[in-house]
Amino acid sequence: MSDFLFLYRGGDSSGSPEEMQQNMQKWVAWMKELGDSGHLKAIGNPLEPGGKVVKGKQKSITDGPYAEAKDMVGGYTLIEAKDLTQAAELSKGCPIFEKDGFVEVRPIMQINM
Amino acid sequence: MEPRAVEPDEHLFRHEAGRMVAVLTRLFGVHNLALAEDVVQDAFCRALEVWKFRGVPENPSAWLMATAKHRAIDVLRRERTARTFAPQLGRFLESEWTLAPVVHELLGAAAMQDDELRMMFSCCHPGLAEPAQIALILHILCGFSVGEVAAAFLSSTAAIEKRITRARKVLARSKKLFELSATDCSTRLSAVHRALYLLFNEGYHGASAESAVRVELCGEALRLAGLLRRHPLTATPATLALGALMCLHAARLPGRVDSSGELHALFEQNRSRWDRALIAEGQRLLDLSATGPELTQYHVEAAIASVHVRAQSPEETAWERIISLYDTLMAIHPSPVVALNRAIAVAQYQGPDRGLEEIRTIDGLDRLASYPFYPAALGELELRGGRPTPARDHFCKALALARSPMERRFIERRIGACLIGDCDPQE
Repeated sequence: MSDFLFLYRGGDSSGSPEEMQQNMQKWVAWMKELGDSGHLKAIGNPLEPGGKVVKGKQKSITDGPYAEAKDMVGGYTLIEAKDLTQAAELSKGCPIFEKDGFVEVRPIMQINM
Repeated sequence: MEPRAVEPDEHLFRHEAGRMVAVLTRLFGVHNLALAEDVVQDAFCRALEVWKFRGVPENPSAWLMATAKHRAIDVLRRERTARTFAPQLGRFLESEWTLAPVVHELLGAAAMQDDELRMMFSCCHPGLAEPAQIALILHILCGFSVGEVAAAFLSSTAAIEKRITRARKVLARSKKLFELSATDCSTRLSAVHRALYLLFNEGYHGASAESAVRVELCGEALRLAGLLRRHPLTATPATLALGALMCLHAARLPGRVDSSGELHALFEQNRSRWDRALIAEGQRLLDLSATGPELTQYHVEAAIASVHVRAQSPEETAWERIISLYDTLMAIHPSPVVALNRAIAVAQYQGPDRGLEEIRTIDGLDRLASYPFYPAALGELELRGGRPTPARDHFCKALALARSPMERRFIERRIGACLIGDCDPQE
């Protein structure tokens, strides 16, 4: 088994209260499913939308955005899977796709020393 | 026991949205309603992001309210020089010493319940037509988006948007939420009753085809009527009777529309599907409502519903009692629809031809011209009188007037019954 990071990018979370609740419940159900099938290594965290970018030799500090709003990372989860193919397959259940967002699946580098 | 037309947590966000907007509106003033809605929307966005990962907390309402509270204090700090907020609170909001304590006090649980009521009364502003009042209640207090209100009324989003925008302007002019003082309360209470009654009817008889929407509208009306019962100033006999009426009708919903979305007339409903708990609650409220000098339309309609739910079958129904209750209803609240229902009861008791005679003598019959259940009733009685040909003509007229696919399919089934001469609608 290897570890993978799911980065949740973009996704429109606005809507009527009813739609927001349904969206939230889908996420909770999906996370539970990942946990029940033994693929959830760490549920991770949501990220605040705001922040700073520190950049260049001058170390200039500016406010976000760090990417287009539609690509912004909203949270992350640590996943365990057989390989990258399986990890990508697992991400397909994420409710973010219904809200125009996407999941970036990144293998965590294996360090054998 | 409270009636449970909907699961307790199923509409948590919607219900909390209504409560939170109401309480923040007291803080910000009605003219800043949009600001209150923004703060609530922010709190929900936050809840959505956090709960996705952490799951729903033990006390989600408190979590949401605490989040909204922080956000409200931020907004008040930022905007207090640019805007005026609730006039009676203005001075307290100006000083850092009093700002947070006042917000905490206002957002306490006891105050919140009153705020929902006060918002309900504010929405029933005399300057607004009833459809606007109901749209506003659904939008603000029940957390329906404009699109969801439009779906419930089979209206266009643009039309509802316009209606709600106009209604909000009228509301904003009143600056602060309605005061629940004894005199003001009793004068506007009947308008509130009427709006909740119409909201319930929209769910029960209305245009909306989808049964989920219908049940939701009835559920919302039940919930808001429950709020009226919890406050000493609004828990009047009429309020209790309205609650009884809603429970006794809602109890029949599972039999009225079956799992495949087919509409069934009272005479053909599977009575074992009626909700016993709601019937018991309705009866309890009806008993409690029988005090005081005033006999309202709601008392009589609840009493009629109560006779129906107590009968095991259409034949065992106390039709004579129902006719006399309709006579009472005609005396206090006459309308062609009431007269039509009375005529149908007469037909049950004294045969279809007597029923048809009653229909012919209804005052203001022309007002039923676009009501599909008027020709449908004529068709039903002609069919029962053994005259399938005129019956069929009436049902065809009814079909042209049907307001939803569900009504259409119901009437088509009756047309089918005319063709095979089957006058018994029981399955």
